[in-house]
Amino acid sequence: MDFSFTDEQNKFRREVRDFLEREIKEGYWQPACDAWVQGFDPEFTKRVAQKGWIGLTWPKEYGGQERSHLDRLILTEEMLRCGAPAALHWFGDRQVGGAILSFGSEELKKEFLPRIVKGEAYFGLGMSEPGTGSDLASLQTKAVEDGDYYVVNGQKTWTSCASFAQYFDVYVRTDPEAPRHRGISELIIDAQSPGVSRTPMIDVTGTEAWSDVFFDNVRVHKKYLVGEKNRGFYQVLHQLDYERSGMERLMGNYPLFEALVQFVKDNDLSRKPAVRSKLAQLEIEFEVGRLLIYRVALVMEEGRAPNWESAMSKAYSTEVEKHLASAAMDILGPYGQLLSGSKYVPLRGMAAHSYLGSKGYSLQAGTTEILKNILAVRRLGLPGS
Amino acid sequence: MKFTLTEEQEMLRKTARDFLADKCSKKFVKQMEESEAGYSVELWREMAELGWMGLAFPGKYGGGDMSFLDLAVLLEEMGRACLPGPFFSQVVLAGLTILDIGSEDQKRQYLPELVSGEKIFTLALAGPGYHDEDVSAITVEATRQGGNYLISGTKLFVPDAHVADYLLCVARTRPKDEIAVFLADARNPGIKYAVLKTIAADKLCEVVFDRAPVPAADILGQLNKGEAAVQEAIRRAAVGKCCEMVGNIQRVLEMTVDYAKERKQFDRPIGSFQVIQHYCADMATDVDAARFSTYRAAWMLSEGLPCAKEVAVAKAWIGQASQRIFALAHQIHGAIGATIEHDLHYYTRRAKAADLAFGDAGFYQEAVAREMGL
Repeated sequence: MDFSFTDEQNKFRREVRDFLEREIKEGYWQPACDAWVQGFDPEFTKRVAQKGWIGLTWPKEYGGQERSHLDRLILTEEMLRCGAPAALHWFGDRQVGGAILSFGSEELKKEFLPRIVKGEAYFGLGMSEPGTGSDLASLQTKAVEDGDYYVVNGQKTWTSCASFAQYFDVYVRTDPEAPRHRGISELIIDAQSPGVSRTPMIDVTGTEAWSDVFFDNVRVHKKYLVGEKNRGFYQVLHQLDYERSGMERLMGNYPLFEALVQFVKDNDLSRKPAVRSKLAQLEIEFEVGRLLIYRVALVMEEGRAPNWESAMSKAYSTEVEKHLASAAMDILGPYGQLLSGSKYVPLRGMAAHSYLGSKGYSLQAGTTEILKNILAVRRLGLPGS
Repeated sequence: MKFTLTEEQEMLRKTARDFLADKCSKKFVKQMEESEAGYSVELWREMAELGWMGLAFPGKYGGGDMSFLDLAVLLEEMGRACLPGPFFSQVVLAGLTILDIGSEDQKRQYLPELVSGEKIFTLALAGPGYHDEDVSAITVEATRQGGNYLISGTKLFVPDAHVADYLLCVARTRPKDEIAVFLADARNPGIKYAVLKTIAADKLCEVVFDRAPVPAADILGQLNKGEAAVQEAIRRAAVGKCCEMVGNIQRVLEMTVDYAKERKQFDRPIGSFQVIQHYCADMATDVDAARFSTYRAAWMLSEGLPCAKEVAVAKAWIGQASQRIFALAHQIHGAIGATIEHDLHYYTRRAKAADLAFGDAGFYQEAVAREMGL
């Protein structure tokens, strides 16, 4: 056993933190909650790319650095700690690039990976549909073959970053006759293709958080099929394991935690036992959560796809985020309800944002209920229902 | 970073698990709980012969030259088996404290007979009005008189004191007000023992000192290192208890999942119901989180790294987590789990006792607050 980071890893963490702190100091952006998914900043993404920090674990031949999953975890942990606006490259870096690497053709790898690495290809995900949430295999968006093309019709929803995405990674039904898990395929669709349209959805915090994405007779060349036709469901399970694996599930609102602790110190609130208890409890939960997530990275480091391990860390972490939001509201009292921009608002409105926003964290990328099903069946061997 | 055990540690785990499965049945545990001594001399000797007591001590004192992390693996297995007896007192409480602060002469005198199991040692911390971890509140007094100190006062919740040969007693010196650890002969005529009736039947004792004379030379280490040394001993004990608890709750998770697979109602195993599955998933998450935070603390102790915060996180978490785990384990086991017909109660009782020892979850939560600079 060894619970430490190597000198090189510590040095890397320092380098990332110095870079981010310099960015904040220069006034490029302010730390924000949910910036990994709602902070859209092409210039920041470019600067991160110039550091070589997108596609960090990927092979050098596609522009990657062939560094470890722990290095990537360190990188993302620091991004989240600082609330950096990394949304434009997050999805390509976290999961779509990995899916292309695992399943895609050589042609797709060459077309997309170097551009993701350069911070020039932004991705959105097309999984959920209006009638398809937890039961992903029920999806209806269909792709019909027409010569060298698929013709795609249907609607995806809850797509983050959709207004900015240049590509969508979309799961479509390619064989309506096959058993439902065996008739799904994965396509990369250019967002500029004729017939693609997007309608933004405003979340409860007032932010444009997602979009509906519509496909109306969209023609997609067959070379944009990722992996095997009709194997898409198995590919998406793999991808979801990565989607759930990271530190963003635990630390998406970390800027609020740091600001809250500072607020308590500055206002001499730490005399109050209830306040001390709340903050210490959060610190305990963050510490424990980081260990659960490091375990996931160690699994990847062994060359295995994370499975129930990321289900566990994600189900755990999204609860911590809710605890943070509640504790912040309790400590700030009536000021906690003030929104960003309001007179008297404390902590730039992060408490209110987090309180409202965190309600959705246990739904996206697999609801907590689905994740616990996965744990029960795959980890504990309980009978599937 | 690596969360897995070495091959040697896995072997130690397997040896310990097999040995305890053979020697420490729940019938045996029950006998020990009901006995006055609380342990079997025969099993004690066998464990000594296996080298368990000396595992984490240097070879020059008869030990096995292994680390605290290796000991942690052994403690986990002992927790899993609900092993009764003074092993924890001997090794974690007394032995490692002697190794930490004893003079070379004291180590040479005491450690070989501790490692061989010939003599039994324990450590007395708490007293009326203060818990194990409240070192600054200690009231037992040691008053200098010639070459001796006379120790007076009451110690509480001292494990295995009634069978001990030596008692490490933390006391406040007079007239010079300092915390010191005295190594007292347990047969000192000024010391009296009474075993307390506790939920875990784990032989926690009241120890009353009535002007018990202890030679000044039997202060462990240096007088002015007392308080820091005791804090360190408590930290070690807290981590040691966490290790036992990891073994305990891991076993409870397995028992509960097995039961959910076997027990049928409405013609289905209850483990096929989603609500039971989610309870089990919650338990597994709490167990894994407890395991990682505990082993991180044990590893840091083992490496000699400063770890006040990590120890506090581990003991606070496992205290809270075990409450949740046992609530669910009992709920899933149903009424049978509330009886002594089923083995679950051995774990329930011990887990609560372990939470209360050397600082509970609330104490360590506050310790985390201090580490955060609050």
